[in-house]
Amino acid sequence: MDFVRDNLPYILAGISVGGQYALIAIGYTMVYGILRLINFAHGDMFMIAGLMGVYAVTWMPLYLAIPFVIIFTVILGFAIERVAYKPLRSAPRMSVMISAIGVSYLLQNLALYITGGLTKTYPSIPWISNTVKVFGATTKVVTLITPVLTIALVVALVLLINHTKMGMAMRAVSRDFETARLMGIKIDSVISLTFIIGSFLAAVGSILYFSNYTGVMPTAGAMPGLKAFVAAVFGGIGSIPGAVIGAFIIGICENIIKGVGWTTFSDAFTFALLIVILIVKPTGLFGEKNIDKV
Amino acid sequence: MTKQKKWLLSCIVIAVFLALVYFLEGIIPSYSNWSMLFTVLEKGSIYALVAVSMNLVNGFTGLFSLGQAGFMLIGAYAYAVFTIPVAQRAAVYQYFDGGLIQFTIPVFFAILLAGIVAAIFAFLIGLPVLRLKSDYLAIATLGFAEIIRAIFQWNALGPITNGSNLLRKFATYQSALFPIIACGICIAIICLLINSSYGRAFKAIREDEIAAEAMGINLFKHKQLSFVISSFFAGIGGALLAMFQTTIQASAFKAAMTYEFLLIVVIGGMGSITGSIIASFLFIACREWWLRFLDSELYIGDFQVPLLRAGFRNVVFSVVIMIIVLFYRKGIMGTREFSWNGLLRWFKNLPGNIRSIPGRLKRKNKKEAQINE
Repeated sequence: MDFVRDNLPYILAGISVGGQYALIAIGYTMVYGILRLINFAHGDMFMIAGLMGVYAVTWMPLYLAIPFVIIFTVILGFAIERVAYKPLRSAPRMSVMISAIGVSYLLQNLALYITGGLTKTYPSIPWISNTVKVFGATTKVVTLITPVLTIALVVALVLLINHTKMGMAMRAVSRDFETARLMGIKIDSVISLTFIIGSFLAAVGSILYFSNYTGVMPTAGAMPGLKAFVAAVFGGIGSIPGAVIGAFIIGICENIIKGVGWTTFSDAFTFALLIVILIVKPTGLFGEKNIDKV
Repeated sequence: MTKQKKWLLSCIVIAVFLALVYFLEGIIPSYSNWSMLFTVLEKGSIYALVAVSMNLVNGFTGLFSLGQAGFMLIGAYAYAVFTIPVAQRAAVYQYFDGGLIQFTIPVFFAILLAGIVAAIFAFLIGLPVLRLKSDYLAIATLGFAEIIRAIFQWNALGPITNGSNLLRKFATYQSALFPIIACGICIAIICLLINSSYGRAFKAIREDEIAAEAMGINLFKHKQLSFVISSFFAGIGGALLAMFQTTIQASAFKAAMTYEFLLIVVIGGMGSITGSIIASFLFIACREWWLRFLDSELYIGDFQVPLLRAGFRNVVFSVVIMIIVLFYRKGIMGTREFSWNGLLRWFKNLPGNIRSIPGRLKRKNKKEAQINE
């Protein structure tokens, strides 16, 4: 019990960060499930959403700014897919991945240009930025609502995928691209929808994440992006519940490591975990086995 | 042309080029705009070496590895740690009582050591990682690069690596000829490797792993070989980069650096050494020199040209890269290599090609019109 009491702030922070990683990780895992593409630009989309949040509050009242940020990110995600990935649909997978790296490079440089290289401070949003006391540990409200919101969104998403026609189309496409196309599923709209959902969740994640860690800089998306990706691999890429569980585990472990005083290794731990899981069980916790045929 | 003639021609061109660099270095003062030329030549040749080493793994062996920055980091640190003069160590390692290592080794051996240390790390990392497939391999190597960076910044290793502080005052070079010749030799060695039976095995693995295995190529051994050799040269590249920059810090060797090299390799053409070299020089020349004007505000009369301010260069640059990635997927050279005969043919066909451009455009338009109908 002492361990829990001493480490409560870290565990709370871990659960909250885990929820935010989960929202990003879903974007990775869904895109990978359908396109077999590691969308390296996803972390940078998350950063752009954060940056947009900083600027949007100076242009309009807060209750308009939040929907604006979300809509902007969704449009950006949709546009990136159409411009950078769609022309390469029949190209080798490596080309698409390089294109994703190119987009990530572009977004980072664009952010560097717009901000002039300065770290911008994320606006504090009333209520969710307030501090509260939980069992004697001080934290922000956002820490408490993140896991709730994350789980609510994930449940909604799982319902969407399992019980709607579009969701069925998505499952079909992720199972077999070519056959799904032959069956009359409009591949392009399914892929667009995937990117829209991914960007929407990344935008929500960015609002929560940057309310907690308020510095937005051009490289702010790289680390959360990579960690969310590791979470997706850990949970079994392509599986949404897997990504969420992976993200929570990574968030909590990382913060406990910080609490113990090994801050330098909190990032390295994530990658060590990735390498261990890739070697021991490459398909992740809930992934399906893929067999290469000649 | 006979083989002898080609050799002679190559030697003459290289000698003339080196003499020209030596000559120009003597007459161009360091404050003139043209001194950028040397920055481009030095940094360009270092980037060319790392890009070629990355091409060896990614372009020739078909392994999607993103660990280059990590191996450069190891090389740069191995070099710097062993060449800081003993007298300066107290100043450099001011937080760590002058550091643990109290001797220096000659520059040549330090550079070699940089490559060897990077290669040993690559060997150990390769044991588990090279069994993974395409994108998993990419992520695992990227992860290892990040872990290496974290370890080098760890305070407990401070007496050796100086923690997260700068390393400085290590031996550097005087003339731009040094990195050019060093990188030239390394690239020549990689060329010889690629044209040997090992190189053919690498290419076979790239084309089809299963077929290559069926032909009796030991997959793991060859992948490991390619990975280790590539890291060896990346380590040397890191050491030369440290010499070029005169100070190094682990935090600079991020994943973004690897992405830069990957983009260079793609621009030049996956599987073409010539392409990687050309692309490196173009990349560095554009970024450090030719596109500089985009970063400074420009007035024509009273009118301020819009958009031009710090950072715009990189935006334009990344848009150009995206265009190349999307529309010229083969890059500058595809998988072709430089040859004197090819160059001659190119010049011979040039007038014809230019003359035929209007005709080709017309044909293209006609075709598009037909499709639209």
